[in-house]
Amino acid sequence: MELLFALVIGALTASGVYLLLRARTFPVIMGLTLLSYGVNLFLFATGRLATGQQPVIGTAASYSDPLPQALVLTAIVIGFAMTAFLVVLSLRNLADNDNDHVDGQRRKTPPSKQEKEATGK
Amino acid sequence: MTHWLIAPILIPLLGGILQVFMGYAPISLRRTLAIATTVLILVSAAVLLAIASDGNYRIYAFGNWQPPFGIVLVLDRLAALMLVLTAVLGLFCHIYASGGADEGNRQFHGLFLFQLMGLNIAFLTGDLFNLFVAFEVLLIASYGLLMHGGGTTRTVPGLHYVVLNLAGSALFLISVGMIYSVTGTLNMADLAVKIPQVTGSNLNLVKAGGMMLLVVFGLKAAILPLCFWLPKAYARATAPVAALFAVMTKVGVYAIIRVYPLIFGEGAGELANLGMDWLFPLALVTLSMGVIGALGAGNLKTLVAWQVIISVGTLLAPIALGSVAGLSAALFYLVSTTWTVAALFLVSELVANQRGTAADSIVTAPKMRHRTFLSVLFLIGAVAAAGLPPLSGFFGKLLILQSVEPGAEMAWLWGVLLVGGFLTLIAYSRAGSIVFWWNVDGHLETPEPMNNRVAVSTGILTCLTMLIVVFAGPLSDYTRATAEQLYDNRGYINILQTPMHVPPNTLVGR
Repeated sequence: MELLFALVIGALTASGVYLLLRARTFPVIMGLTLLSYGVNLFLFATGRLATGQQPVIGTAASYSDPLPQALVLTAIVIGFAMTAFLVVLSLRNLADNDNDHVDGQRRKTPPSKQEKEATGK
Repeated sequence: MTHWLIAPILIPLLGGILQVFMGYAPISLRRTLAIATTVLILVSAAVLLAIASDGNYRIYAFGNWQPPFGIVLVLDRLAALMLVLTAVLGLFCHIYASGGADEGNRQFHGLFLFQLMGLNIAFLTGDLFNLFVAFEVLLIASYGLLMHGGGTTRTVPGLHYVVLNLAGSALFLISVGMIYSVTGTLNMADLAVKIPQVTGSNLNLVKAGGMMLLVVFGLKAAILPLCFWLPKAYARATAPVAALFAVMTKVGVYAIIRVYPLIFGEGAGELANLGMDWLFPLALVTLSMGVIGALGAGNLKTLVAWQVIISVGTLLAPIALGSVAGLSAALFYLVSTTWTVAALFLVSELVANQRGTAADSIVTAPKMRHRTFLSVLFLIGAVAAAGLPPLSGFFGKLLILQSVEPGAEMAWLWGVLLVGGFLTLIAYSRAGSIVFWWNVDGHLETPEPMNNRVAVSTGILTCLTMLIVVFAGPLSDYTRATAEQLYDNRGYINILQTPMHVPPNTLVGR
């Protein structure tokens, strides 16, 4: 189980970092989401992986640590709020620059005649 | 247990919630209430400074849980100093903002107060995970503030800032997880007890966690490889926001001062002084990079933003050397530089408002309306920032220079700091002489006169550097005592022994 868990965290983090380095905001947001999944699983694993144990001391020979679950919960809530904000911000970027490039570059070719007529600019 | 400790968090929280529900109230009412809240924060910070100055630790345990099981707030000299520093800065920025910069967004005051709340939690908390939460609180407020005032120029730097900080948060969580998986605690006092006991293969895990934590704090503090987001973001923000952000990089510096001497201090066995040998060269390179950026800056706000990076480098170099004198000097310089940089941001905005389309670019333009007033303020700010006598920046740098023991490090620090200071002076004199002295003939559409709130808040914030000079003796005594307290971590560890069932007495001797 440990190996599988570690591979999943590794795969999520690696894909997250790869997508984070892309030039468009959409893959960047996806990358951050995957990265936070990887981080949450990692945090969860810091309490050791065990099944069928109670989070109460004294009821059994060994117990499972409830604190990492509380940490993960906090991290999920914060990550969710931040992702929502980032989505809004990148939509704003798209609207401001007609482009979802992370550096907000305007397109190099001028808009064609049909587009000009269509947008009325 | 003294309940004053929670005041700097509760006051902005309640004041901020009030602002959220008052979005449609008249702006004068919102301003009055918001500034009253900031004044109350300053009062509570001053009370905490008075309480903390006897050198004892006070804790505030949420739910009366005995540390390390519950989350605690810890008040010591460093926390009190940072609270007062931030509260004074927050008050003047807020008064400036109420001079017109707060229009255009109904939630400005709420965000501003939540930002102060996040800063105060970060300074008071005694728990590593709570520090992460504090960072997130102050960051989400800062995202909103950075975008305040609109304009498409802010979108892209804002996007970069948010993405970078989210990646930083992920790193923070990973490093916290690594440390927790070995020690089983995140309370800082308990960590200071547990980390020296770590042995064997766990040692590398904690080491990796500690180094990653340094990367996260380095990102907040804008140390060199992680500093390129800062100039764009700060230069584009509205002036009072940029001025408040002057303290944001100092939160990263604060976290380094708080965590490393305590947890990875002299007593940490094999992990003693973790990362400090990396920090010293990086700090010097950061300083040099800041100077190069300042020399190449095309407008006043970018120049001041690079000054933020210069001051981070100047602060971290003596801290990395790990002496009481160095840390004490760094804390003295921290107070001085934070207020000076903030004041320079405000002055730059006032200059920009007076110059029509030239704004704050370092180019010649027709004479501005309040040239004498603004040029005097810029002169005071620049002299303090470049570190010339007789203002406080000079004393801060002098203390830093004095604190180094003779040796290779001394040669490096003296060389970089002095040459850097000289080049900074060139950058400021070039900017100042072009902007204020070289006027071309021409007619500017008469700009609106400065209102009193803007002028007074900028003036006072600029002149605080003189106040630091007047009170340099008491301040340096205080920073010295703070540094001694930080390097002797037994007092901090003793908070674990605080009896919880006896409410009135939570004094813990050093």
